[in-house]
Amino acid sequence: MGAPGQPAGHTRHMHVTREHLVGISGDLTALTAPEARDLLVRRQISATELAHAVLGQIERTESQVRSFITVTADEALAQARAADVALGGSDPGATPPLTGIPVALKDLFCTTGVQTTAGSRILEGFIPPYDATVVARLRAAGAVFVGKANMDEFAMGSSTENSGYHPTHNPWDVSRVPGGSSGGSAAAVSAGQAILSLGTDTGGSIRQPASLCSVTGLKPTYGRVSRYGVVAFASSLDQVGPFSIGVEGSAMVLQAIAGADPMDATTAPFAVPDYRSTIRDGVKGLRIGVPAEYFTAGMEPDVERLVREAIQTLTSLGATVHPVSLPYSEHGLATYYIIAPAEASSNLSRYNGIKYGLAALDEVDMTRAMDATRQRGFGNEPKRRIMLGTYALSSGYYDAYYRKAQQVRTLIKADFDNAFASVDVIASPVSPTVAFKMGARTDDPLAMYLSDVCTIPVNVAGLPGISVPCGFDHQGLPVGLQLIGKAFDEATLFRAAFAYEEATSFHRQRPPLAEQADSEASVNQAAMGAGNAAGGPQRAPHA
Amino acid sequence: MTGTHHAGTSPATDYEVVIGLEVHAQVVTESKMFCGCSSRYSGAPPNTLVCPVCLGMPGSLPVMNRTAVEATIITALALNCEIPEFSKFDRKNYNYPDLMKGYQISQFDLPFSQAGWLEFDDPANPGQMRRAGITRVHLEEDTATLKHVRDSSGETYSLMDVNRAGVPLMEIVGDPDLRTADEAGSYLRAVRQILRYLGVSTANMDEGAFRCDANVSLRPWGQAEYGAKVEVKNMNSFRSVVRAIEFEMVRQRDILDAGGRIVQETRGWVDDRAITVTQRSKEAAHDYRYFPEPDLPPIITPAAEVERLRSLLPELPDAKRHRFANAYGMTSDVADTLTQTRALAEYFEQTVNLSDNARAAANWITRDVLRILGTTGAEIDQILLTPAHLADLIKLLDTGTISVRTAPEVLEEAVNTGSMPREIVQQRGLGQVSDTDALTTAVADAIASNPKAVADYRAGKATAMGFLVGAVMKATRGKGNPGLVNELLKQQLDG
Ligand SMILES: [Zn+2]
Repeated sequence: MGAPGQPAGHTRHMHVTREHLVGISGDLTALTAPEARDLLVRRQISATELAHAVLGQIERTESQVRSFITVTADEALAQARAADVALGGSDPGATPPLTGIPVALKDLFCTTGVQTTAGSRILEGFIPPYDATVVARLRAAGAVFVGKANMDEFAMGSSTENSGYHPTHNPWDVSRVPGGSSGGSAAAVSAGQAILSLGTDTGGSIRQPASLCSVTGLKPTYGRVSRYGVVAFASSLDQVGPFSIGVEGSAMVLQAIAGADPMDATTAPFAVPDYRSTIRDGVKGLRIGVPAEYFTAGMEPDVERLVREAIQTLTSLGATVHPVSLPYSEHGLATYYIIAPAEASSNLSRYNGIKYGLAALDEVDMTRAMDATRQRGFGNEPKRRIMLGTYALSSGYYDAYYRKAQQVRTLIKADFDNAFASVDVIASPVSPTVAFKMGARTDDPLAMYLSDVCTIPVNVAGLPGISVPCGFDHQGLPVGLQLIGKAFDEATLFRAAFAYEEATSFHRQRPPLAEQADSEASVNQAAMGAGNAAGGPQRAPHA
Repeated sequence: MTGTHHAGTSPATDYEVVIGLEVHAQVVTESKMFCGCSSRYSGAPPNTLVCPVCLGMPGSLPVMNRTAVEATIITALALNCEIPEFSKFDRKNYNYPDLMKGYQISQFDLPFSQAGWLEFDDPANPGQMRRAGITRVHLEEDTATLKHVRDSSGETYSLMDVNRAGVPLMEIVGDPDLRTADEAGSYLRAVRQILRYLGVSTANMDEGAFRCDANVSLRPWGQAEYGAKVEVKNMNSFRSVVRAIEFEMVRQRDILDAGGRIVQETRGWVDDRAITVTQRSKEAAHDYRYFPEPDLPPIITPAAEVERLRSLLPELPDAKRHRFANAYGMTSDVADTLTQTRALAEYFEQTVNLSDNARAAANWITRDVLRILGTTGAEIDQILLTPAHLADLIKLLDTGTISVRTAPEVLEEAVNTGSMPREIVQQRGLGQVSDTDALTTAVADAIASNPKAVADYRAGKATAMGFLVGAVMKATRGKGNPGLVNELLKQQLDG
């Protein structure tokens, strides 16, 4: 049966059928979002089947990965059944674009009736009576929510080890971290526990775990996506974005969540372009800037090699490369670690046990109860940042720290403005290293902070950035390429990233634990690979 | 040196008293400052006018209420302030259970307005005005309310009502230009009157819609720098503001006279004991750690927008008072009374327009209408006697249709029933008899039946005429036109 209402451009690359997938291996968890959409609309699979597949994958792999704080299996199946009703109508192609597609939500997004912890014990038991705007928009787009993904407490961290609940493990090597703070969201997509997921990125919290887990992750322009209902870490830096296997899934999610929100005064009033309509336009003539400052001394050689190879691939597709200079970016980390803790110290002061979450009820005095709640509820990293931020804002220190940081912020932005006068995108590594061993940096906050040295300036400047898989190091651990765009020019990032992934196949490689245990898993991979421009089956290098 | 004075013996005038007032006024808006909840919390059951935003729930964000911003700028314009093109909101960080987010959204270094002034009646020189500087008028949000309870078993706890949290609150910061407690009272009355004229606040102190903190310090006469400042809070009436300042003046003077030092601190007024007590020392003062509110973009107010708002300003009390005195030839006292509220002034002017008799309108209003308002406790726009009624009454008098004697009865009836005076006069037959024929008979009867009075009149006794007029009025049951009666009596007696 045909796919009425499907624009031809969106289905051109679709060669996957139910026979390939369900008939041969049954592994629906390897689907990309556009593939799942195509099969759902053509009724080759049902949303309920897809939900069962993903929930089964969670059941099978969660003890090793631990991506979730809460799994909402019952809700997911109910949403999937509703999606099947919609898809069973006369015009399934007219259903909302994410109908029946399983999505994991970072536990930072408020979800009506479902516990939202921000990864902190201080919010344990908090059940919001409202949806974050992005959650409401995904709901309206038909998404099926499989659970609330683990994260560093209040999004403070780069390894998901700072979770108040449990650490998440990297699906590629469970002895290593998945990155953070959206580590649960990245690991879930990587392990096939969800087709798509949503995270937030304040200093790299989407791009860095995307890089470490070999998935696509986008941090949109500040103001592109509403922050309403997103538990705030650093209000002037936080931004919501997607994770996906393949670039197109991220474009589908951004399409659904982007745009002005009357509930968030910092959202931009600009219209949202149709991202998928230009995603296949290629990179011929695209000017790529390469900043020397982002290939730092502490960078692992494999990371630098793979990122430079990726840039080479883009030039082979018709892009041109130009050196650019971003000299103030070296102050990005220092700037960030003034502004973000300052805003956090204020944002986190509402958690005092009076209204929701943990409450030190054994204390009789009101002020003592508030203090005790905070002492018990916050982990070390939030406490560290509250103290840093409080200090930076204190009378007598404000000018030397907060005001100075805002001034440097302006200079970092100006650097990018200068660079973008002559290039369309800027390419760099995402993280200077591959996924590190769990516990390796937990006692060294500064080493942990350095994980985000290449991503932080992008937040400080409010620009969009995307991480796309660009290969594996000598140990078989994933590496990501970062592409940074002009403000509100996510369309160009999608176009460049898509051209790159069409020319490669890294995004198709799955971590071994994501593969179904049966022998047909490789057959499935072959089927998947058959639809890929690069061709040929893809296996994890160290499998 | 101040330390050489003897305690208790030196008059307070040895020191100059320096007073600056900070007024908080709730802004009248439909919805709260940063969310869609109703701001009309008075009388609402606790915690019914709340949403994630004003509850400070995780992830909630503020969205600015444009009406509150405009009300603030209009107030600032009425207080002769400058309106900068660029302003912003800031976070004022402190922890208290009634502060839902752990910070208050306020304005720190770039408020909506600055550098204005206000004129108020000089209590020391009746009829003269004094001027005080206005530092700034800015906008912030109100807090929740806490109620501390001790139940019958002796257990104590606190109840919180979040209805008030997020209600827009305007802060009017005055320069330290006031020198006596009475000046402070007069200044406050002027501020309240302007807020009410503008309709931006009910400015009712007993409802908490109008609050005042006083900064009080003393310095030796002629000294340029200010003395240590004491901030006095918790006054719940104009009278308690005046009393608290008076108390603080004496307290500080006694300390200085005894050779002591004034401690910079915050003190609370305890009304039933009529004293101030220490609340917080300077050392324990909050460091509010202000920084720009990242959730709200800065506010740009172009000059054209300022002029648009300025054009919305009504005539203010001072200007109205002057115009009334000049245009209607009334004393400044009467003008003052008639301009107490914008509604009363409008009532007066409507009555004048309809009756064409400003003097009568002023008399009736200052005497009778205000008495009615006083006894009933009603507002001017709540009584049945409208300007049309009053103008009708004045016209009945001016055309001689009724006499001065019957007018109070007609007024009373109009107040009670809302009937037009003309109809009341008709229904009750209260119209004055101006029919010469009818009166001529009554006059002749009076002359005939009062020979002694006639004789007295002819003998030159002035009171006799009054007696005869009285007799005619009695015969006509008070409806005789007194002028006509007089005239007819003279004709018949002298003719
Ligand atoms: Zn509200």
